[in-house]
Amino acid sequence: MEVKLPFLAEGVESCTVSFWHVFEGDRVEEGDDLVEMQTSKASFNVPSPCAGTVSEILVDEGDEVRVGDVICIIDEGLD
Amino acid sequence: MKRECRVVYLGRCDFQEAYLLQKQLLSRRIGREIPDTLLILQHHPVITIGRKGCRENILVGREVLCREGIPVYNTDRGGDVTYHGPGQIVGYPILDLNQHGRDVHRLIYMYEEVIIRLLARYGLEGGRLPCYPGVWVENEKICAVGVGISNWVTYHGFALNVNTDLRHFGYISPCGISDRGVTSMSRLLGAKIDEWGVIENLLEIFGLLFGLEMKRHILEKELI
Repeated sequence: MEVKLPFLAEGVESCTVSFWHVFEGDRVEEGDDLVEMQTSKASFNVPSPCAGTVSEILVDEGDEVRVGDVICIIDEGLD
Repeated sequence: MKRECRVVYLGRCDFQEAYLLQKQLLSRRIGREIPDTLLILQHHPVITIGRKGCRENILVGREVLCREGIPVYNTDRGGDVTYHGPGQIVGYPILDLNQHGRDVHRLIYMYEEVIIRLLARYGLEGGRLPCYPGVWVENEKICAVGVGISNWVTYHGFALNVNTDLRHFGYISPCGISDRGVTSMSRLLGAKIDEWGVIENLLEIFGLLFGLEMKRHILEKELI
């Protein structure tokens, strides 16, 4: 499943990646914090939309990411 | 009927202790085990650095901070460097934004609005600056605002200078803004302010703006 940066605030179109809480290969549950994003005013943790394994991280710490961009991929495959 | 918000008074406490408590309440709020909760407290003197912060905004050396007994912590809120200490009323709202609008900047606007209306009750005119969260009276910051959000539940919050000893702010460049000062209600009004009175007003306005019924709550032992 592709995880996209959600809408954070009216008028906020992009924000910066502070740090990843997870590494590729980590197992996550639905709702676990994946990555912390920094807007001009607040810090925001993006929760995992599903349970699975983080198969690919697509943005690095310090990167500017736009709302709707895919930030990582979670493999929901059975294990 | 209005939803309930638990209000917990912690008195004066250590920054780390209050942080751990916030994290416990945060995870219980995410799990819907508890209602919205507002922690009201004061901190022992401490300097904290937010996500956007850098140590260069601490203007004195380690030895000075050691001598004064002021620890420095990095923490996971938005914003730069700030100081907390006695006489400053700190509010840490643990709110589920699924019930208050999922907009992180609106949340900050609301905290600022609570403080602006509170100041108005004391005849003070607070305002906002476009790029810097917080409440300002003329060119001086009176209330810091910095939030963290996990699973759309909030932590961290606001810190209002009521009777704060402002000398310690001289050790930092608050939120990286070097050309503006800090102030307190007592400095502006020329008298020591009744802190309980401020808290009562704060709770009333907070409840009104967030549509919550503020109820005093004693924390269960296992949470402290």
